[in-house]
Amino acid sequence: MSEHKIICAGFGGQGVMSMGRLVAYTGMLNGREVSWLPSYGPEMRGGTANCHVIVSDHPVGSPIIHRDATAVIAMNLPSMRKFEAELVPGGLLVINRSLIDATPDRDDVTVVPVRANEIATEVGNARAANMVMLGAYLGITRLFPLSAVGEALGKVFGPKKAQFLPVNEEALARGAALAGQPVG
Amino acid sequence: MEKVLMKGNEAVGAAAIRGGCRYFFGYPITPQNELPEYMSRELPKVGGVFLQAESEIAAINMVYGAAGSGARVMTSSSSPGIALKQEGISYIAGAELPCVIVNMMRGGPGLGGIQPGQSDYFQATRGGGNGDYRHIVYAPASVQETVDIMTEAFDVADQYRIPVLVLGDGMIGQMMEPVEFRDPPTRELPEKDWITDGTAGRRAPNIINSLYLAPQDLEDHNRRLDAKHRLITERETRWESFRCDDAEIVFVSYGTASRIVRNAVEMLREQGVRAGLIRPITLWPWPQAAFDALGPSVRALMAVEMSMGQMIDDVKISAAGRWPVGFYGRSGGMVPDQHAIAEAAVAMLETATQEVR
Repeated sequence: MSEHKIICAGFGGQGVMSMGRLVAYTGMLNGREVSWLPSYGPEMRGGTANCHVIVSDHPVGSPIIHRDATAVIAMNLPSMRKFEAELVPGGLLVINRSLIDATPDRDDVTVVPVRANEIATEVGNARAANMVMLGAYLGITRLFPLSAVGEALGKVFGPKKAQFLPVNEEALARGAALAGQPVG
Repeated sequence: MEKVLMKGNEAVGAAAIRGGCRYFFGYPITPQNELPEYMSRELPKVGGVFLQAESEIAAINMVYGAAGSGARVMTSSSSPGIALKQEGISYIAGAELPCVIVNMMRGGPGLGGIQPGQSDYFQATRGGGNGDYRHIVYAPASVQETVDIMTEAFDVADQYRIPVLVLGDGMIGQMMEPVEFRDPPTRELPEKDWITDGTAGRRAPNIINSLYLAPQDLEDHNRRLDAKHRLITERETRWESFRCDDAEIVFVSYGTASRIVRNAVEMLREQGVRAGLIRPITLWPWPQAAFDALGPSVRALMAVEMSMGQMIDDVKISAAGRWPVGFYGRSGGMVPDQHAIAEAAVAMLETATQEVR
């Protein structure tokens, strides 16, 4: 049974909610069972806005990820500190090296450092750091081909914001390239 | 129809409009604000009315008035706001009017918090208002189930002339899941010949009221309501029994908590513990039949709630001494953890075994 349980976390404004929603949306468009659960409490203002995303071949039971995350995508230090404990042994910890200058406590997980802010600036939009992180995650897990995420992005943005599509797709591709996935 | 990814609160709004709702009166409160926001945007597009009232009390009384004039009408709020509406709900039930009320529960008592809770079970099923009344309470566990129930709720309310409460929580309201909008089963609905929409000089006035000063009149009214409640119990009770056939321990849990329990059931089964789940979908009427259908393999029941223990009272009534009833709960916005639920179940089974010895 294939079940991906992903926690996306970061400061408010880093696009962690939309990153998670894009994963859920892509999953749904590709016939998988999905759930997306956001934090909505006061912690949103304190540095760890987060969402729990589940993509599964079976109907999703609990939408809450508790000590069984297969991946944590941490955009800043408080998020890494808070959520690394939720990973299963052997899980994937994608961290934003641009903002996290510290070592995780966990030594039983795969750590993937990504200079997301710098790469996003290189592709021309500093706000696309979330897409670089997501690209890295997808490059390693191959949960979906990048083309499927691109299609979902097109639907999420709609025609009005179509001009943002290329830069986001490039950010995804640059992230994925870090893991050696061909751009496709 | 194609599936769409929707937040619970917005999906409730879309389903309500699809179910024929054209009037919404409410007052904002977290964690259900996306619902009135959605209605304020979408209801005018279908010729409906969205009105933000000056208070929850005003809103429920606007619902009372609109229902009396035959409109398909709803209100929504979260726990402390629903507490304020209780007087109005009692009047609406007394006057036998159809309406739909949504409660996206948060922790309490008082203002409590804004994270999900299930501590309004007593309020929902016992009535926070006065008098011998009942209303239907649906407790969906997914966004899809919420949509299906919400679409049908206005028909159910019209069929029995009774308030229908849809009881979710902050998590159901805030999470996104794929949903498909589909038509509910067709019901035969009585003509609304009792509404106060003006006589045009052609008929005697209709009167909508909950006041019966003569004791015999009021008792007759109470008996009519009671007969209606029995009919609803007979026809509208819903539940889901999950892996109960050979179960030695059966959890009882609804809504958000039941989803976590379902994971605990799978976990326990992998460990060789035969666990099952009764998930009431209607909290009133309560699914007594689900308990009567349990087989001889059952040694214990365990209620799991996001409260300090409220639904457990109904579980004990249904168990009627046949099984010991345990409890596991978290409250205050804390959500139970499937590992802890599974551990509590194993501990309870050990105790039950020792008692038999």
